[in-house]
Amino acid sequence: MKFAVIVFPGSNCDRDMHYAVKDVLGAEAEFVWYEDECDLEKYDGILIPGGFSYGDYLRSGAIAATAEIMEQVKEQAEKGKPVLGVCNGFQILTEAGLLPGALMRNKDLSFICRNQRLVVENNETMFTSQYGKGQIVQFPIAHGEGNYFCDEDTLAELKRNNQIVFTYESNPNGSVENIAGIVNKEGNVLGMMPHPERAVDKWLGSEDGIRLFQSILENWRKTYVAN
Amino acid sequence: MKKKVKVYVSLKQGVLDPQGKTIESSLHSLGFKEAANVRVGKVIEFEIAESADLENQIHDMCKKLLANPVMEDYRFEVEEVVRP
Repeated sequence: MKFAVIVFPGSNCDRDMHYAVKDVLGAEAEFVWYEDECDLEKYDGILIPGGFSYGDYLRSGAIAATAEIMEQVKEQAEKGKPVLGVCNGFQILTEAGLLPGALMRNKDLSFICRNQRLVVENNETMFTSQYGKGQIVQFPIAHGEGNYFCDEDTLAELKRNNQIVFTYESNPNGSVENIAGIVNKEGNVLGMMPHPERAVDKWLGSEDGIRLFQSILENWRKTYVAN
Repeated sequence: MKKKVKVYVSLKQGVLDPQGKTIESSLHSLGFKEAANVRVGKVIEFEIAESADLENQIHDMCKKLLANPVMEDYRFEVEEVVRP
């Protein structure tokens, strides 16, 4: 399985993401600079890393969401390929309209950087099938704008479709319903504020993130690799 | 003819504005106790050629980029360009 790690000016978790899928998971991974001529068709999964693309100008993720490469990301998402956006990647996915809602300034205005316990609310996605339902995992969070917001109709729809994948065990940032990560209706685009790619080794404080990447690989094998 | 456009973007009513709350409490501690419901927004200004379709163009810009309709409202003014 081959992953693309999309790099924007100001991305800063791109190497962590690359390390997680290449060195820890053992899959193939390549960096894709946002303005390079590149056909995303040749990748099996797309990873949009965290950071501060375009210095968070206008709104976090808003400028990156207008980049041409995002049109390709949309096309690949429509084909059902896994797309994972973490932190700024989540913000970019909401701004690009690939996921509903928006990420607002943390309720107490502070930038929060710490380990956070999460609940796996939905373990029936291609990203979480290796976890148990209700399992508690620990991933780091590092964000100033991770306060997930959506209107009541959208929230009802998220619940109805089982799109809420991760919640915070205790709410750090004011997110609606403790939401830490959601998938699109089709289930192949996941956006989350916590960083699974920074929880892939004991010496990083947690290796709970490995199963997320293993889930993607496992489900890709089931779908695309003949038995 | 060029026009000057001022777009005002603000958080929707009902959406918590933590910056506004913080500024409000600072105003209160400076003695401006009357200040209430402080909200923070932003102003985006640009010049653009006049056209019959200008208002629609600006709405389009606001919806696609300048404001995020999930959490923000916008309004705009179109003025003459005044050179000093």
